[in-house]
Amino acid sequence: MKAAVIVFPGSNCDRDLAVAFERAGMDVTMVWHKDTALPEGMDIIGIPGGFSFGDYLRCGAIAANSPICRSVVGHAERGGYVLGICNGFQVLTETGLLPGALMRNANLKFICKSVGLKVETSDSAFTAGYNAGQVLSIPVAHHDGNYNADAELVARLTGEDRIAFTYMDNPNGSVADIAGVLSENRRVLGMMPHPERAVDERHGGTDGSAMFRALMDQLATA
Amino acid sequence: MKARVHVMLKNGVLDPQGEAVRHALGSLGFDGVQGVRQGKVIELDLAEGTTEATVRDMCEKLLANTVIESYSIELG
Repeated sequence: MKAAVIVFPGSNCDRDLAVAFERAGMDVTMVWHKDTALPEGMDIIGIPGGFSFGDYLRCGAIAANSPICRSVVGHAERGGYVLGICNGFQVLTETGLLPGALMRNANLKFICKSVGLKVETSDSAFTAGYNAGQVLSIPVAHHDGNYNADAELVARLTGEDRIAFTYMDNPNGSVADIAGVLSENRRVLGMMPHPERAVDERHGGTDGSAMFRALMDQLATA
Repeated sequence: MKARVHVMLKNGVLDPQGEAVRHALGSLGFDGVQGVRQGKVIELDLAEGTTEATVRDMCEKLLANTVIESYSIELG
């Protein structure tokens, strides 16, 4: 199983994400943003957290228009798996691979703490290791995690079972408490909380591990 | 030639920063500020002959996120 982690100037969770993939048994390649093509045969692409390009213009906007992101969009359009965490989620909405947008937190504060995260669906390669309704403890660390979508989009995401996670106690003003959403084919997940920061007892919790184990299992049998 | 692009959050999208500015104005004693919306202005220095359609394309592709933002263009 092969994973690539994209590294932008300002990414700071790239190595954490690589470790989480490796712990689950994947071979990981780090890919610099100036590369135009992904290495051959990647099963999943990870877009890590951080502050790509200093959050200039809008969070994720410059990264979304970098050469490597065109390859990531191509990978997704061919049915490949993509996981975007935090800044990675912002990048995925900016590319249009995921709907909606992430705005400044409603209380204008940078929020850095563990939150209760409810699994809304187990119907995806990312969430198959959890039960719907299960509550996880996963850290968040963001200034712009306020998910914005109009009522029509929220209804569509709900109807299609594409809301992957919701906050138990909404920290940032996200509509319908949404913390993570899936693409139409359920192979692209964007989420603000950091499962890769909860894969070792020394992280203070291991609730994120099941996501990476499930990905490994699901992709191996795909 | 110059172009000036104004990017604003769309009507109906809550602007938490604008709200904070409104509160701050109120606490400075400026009564009657009923709403504040904060946006950004982007000035472009362009080759002569650049068309408004090109600037519009820049807005659609990068300068604005049209999911939540609207934009307007001033040329010259």
